Amino acid sequence: MIGDKLATRIKDWDGSGFQVETGKKTLILNGTKTSSVLNSVLTEIYHLKKENSVKYSRRNDNIRPFESGGETSLEFFSYKTDCSLFVFGSHSKKRPNNLVIGRTYDHHIYDLVEIGVENFKSMNSFAYDKKLAPQIGSKAFFAFIGEGFESVEELKHLKEILLDLFHGEDVTNLNLSGLDRVYVCTAISSNKVFFTHCALRLKKSGTIVPRMELVEVGPSMDMVVRRHCLPDDSLRKEAMKIAPELTKKKEKNVTKDAIQGKIGKIYIPDQKVGSVALPHKAKGVKRERREAKMKDESNRPAEKKEKQHSE
Amino acid sequence: MAQSEYEIDLGNLMAFDPHRQFPSTSSSREELVKEAIEQGTKLVQAVADALFNLPSTEDRDGPIVKLPAPSTKLPREKPLPKPRPPTNWELFAQKKGIQKHKKDKLAFDEQTGTWKRRHGYDRVNDDKDIPIIEAKMTDEPGTDPFAERRKEKKGRVDKQERNRLQNLKQAAKVGALPSHVQLAATALPITGTQAMPRKVSKDELQNVAGMASTATASGGKFDKKLPGEKPPKHEKKYRKFLPAAEGSGMGALEKQQTEKVLNKLISKNSHNVLNVEKAVNMYNVKKDKKRKNNEGKPSTRSKLKPNKKSLKKSSKRVSSNKGK
Repeated sequence: MIGDKLATRIKDWDGSGFQVETGKKTLILNGTKTSSVLNSVLTEIYHLKKENSVKYSRRNDNIRPFESGGETSLEFFSYKTDCSLFVFGSHSKKRPNNLVIGRTYDHHIYDLVEIGVENFKSMNSFAYDKKLAPQIGSKAFFAFIGEGFESVEELKHLKEILLDLFHGEDVTNLNLSGLDRVYVCTAISSNKVFFTHCALRLKKSGTIVPRMELVEVGPSMDMVVRRHCLPDDSLRKEAMKIAPELTKKKEKNVTKDAIQGKIGKIYIPDQKVGSVALPHKAKGVKRERREAKMKDESNRPAEKKEKQHSE
Repeated sequence: MAQSEYEIDLGNLMAFDPHRQFPSTSSSREELVKEAIEQGTKLVQAVADALFNLPSTEDRDGPIVKLPAPSTKLPREKPLPKPRPPTNWELFAQKKGIQKHKKDKLAFDEQTGTWKRRHGYDRVNDDKDIPIIEAKMTDEPGTDPFAERRKEKKGRVDKQERNRLQNLKQAAKVGALPSHVQLAATALPITGTQAMPRKVSKDELQNVAGMASTATASGGKFDKKLPGEKPPKHEKKYRKFLPAAEGSGMGALEKQQTEKVLNKLISKNSHNVLNVEKAVNMYNVKKDKKRKNNEGKPSTRSKLKPNKKSLKKSSKRVSSNKGK
């Protein structure tokens, strides 16, 4: 297409986005050292978000999200893969089983939250009926429990990021039979959140609304919030901008006149006068004709009048 | 205790219970998990109540509801698209005060005296319909006026196309490409599977001419060379003949040649002998399947990945023994 040729000629293409954005992609990668727990966490998150995430398998030694120089690699990867969410796992003595979940705006770091994973139970360790297993890509329910999510800054931030990570796409039409998963996050202390993923079973109840039953399918883990980095106000304002509603809906066939005020045009469909069905007053006509005929048998139909040329 | 004042965000299918307290960390983990799931169930039920009471339309897969927009605002991932800069024509029209008028689909054709459509089959003012063109004083004899008209029209169409591309380039410079053009261009990073246009290197370009010249009978020896073009790397034809008289020692060329041929033949048929890689893969797959059947749960591993888990298990076993 001509667009292709155009793209190759443009060197400094600035990738600004759409008015209304579709789903964000996630980049999953790890740092210098990982533990087995962290590896399973990363793979399971990847499986939960199979369709819109990219997982890097190699180590990345030069990524330190919280340091000022250490995020250039991340931003580069985010640009290359067009992912605006990332999950970065690393393991060290000081911060064991460390997971940094972050977002980018315009391929620059927007915000970060660092959590430690404890008491991790993988999907394989849960036994459940195979039929309940949630489908890949289904829209998930979210249940956030605990006042901590409202009162503690870090937990508020974590709530927003978890929502962003797992909420999938914003759809308008939702098929109610395809609802099969829920993420339950409970704030058990001011810095710990118990996170688990459950499958939904809809049971018959008396009303239209089915009774919900949750079956844990995993993964489940305790997230201990370690550090977090909020965006500055100006960046936040810019990122939260909503596209201004374009031209208001035009009212068709309505004009405003200075003298007469509001005028509307009404279009009437064609009146097919010729083929309209006549009221079938056959009897009346017949009788008249009959009577006329009877009265005046000699009368013939009126003769054709010729056009009079006006002189 | 929990009140039923949940904050529900239907667009995100989210329910938030801000009143629940979990002060007791003393309770065992199982209790905690159970309580969390219980509470979770209540919240999900609340969302489902609201959800299922929305007006729904029946589809073949199930009832479809129209979800409201999510109430929790999440930040964008890319900046808003910038408005397009006005094109040359738009600037000119603004200056002159030319208004845009919407054209009707039908126009009155003077020639036939009927209403014809403006574009498409049997249109108004079609070039084909002109039967006679009167000769002007400036016309040279021998020129075909119909062909002239067609050429002019083609020139106009090409100019318009060039201007359109120019406008797109200007818009792209600012970052305001219309979205359908963005999507169409597959070389852009927007698709995620970025296929960067392969830049042909200088060496490759130099080799291209050489490659083409081998198609000639004399191997490109007598081809006219462009100024600055270097002679091709592999000048002669591609056959190599062994010297007529030669010893049969270690560096014997004939021995090397026959060895090469023999190796090629054997490697071609080595699949009959044993393909080690394939055997390993088959073994791993079998093992996976066996384990799958034994434990009876879905294996999340793809068949192509090597069986890392088993290795780790064995190492753990070894280490635990050592510890004891």
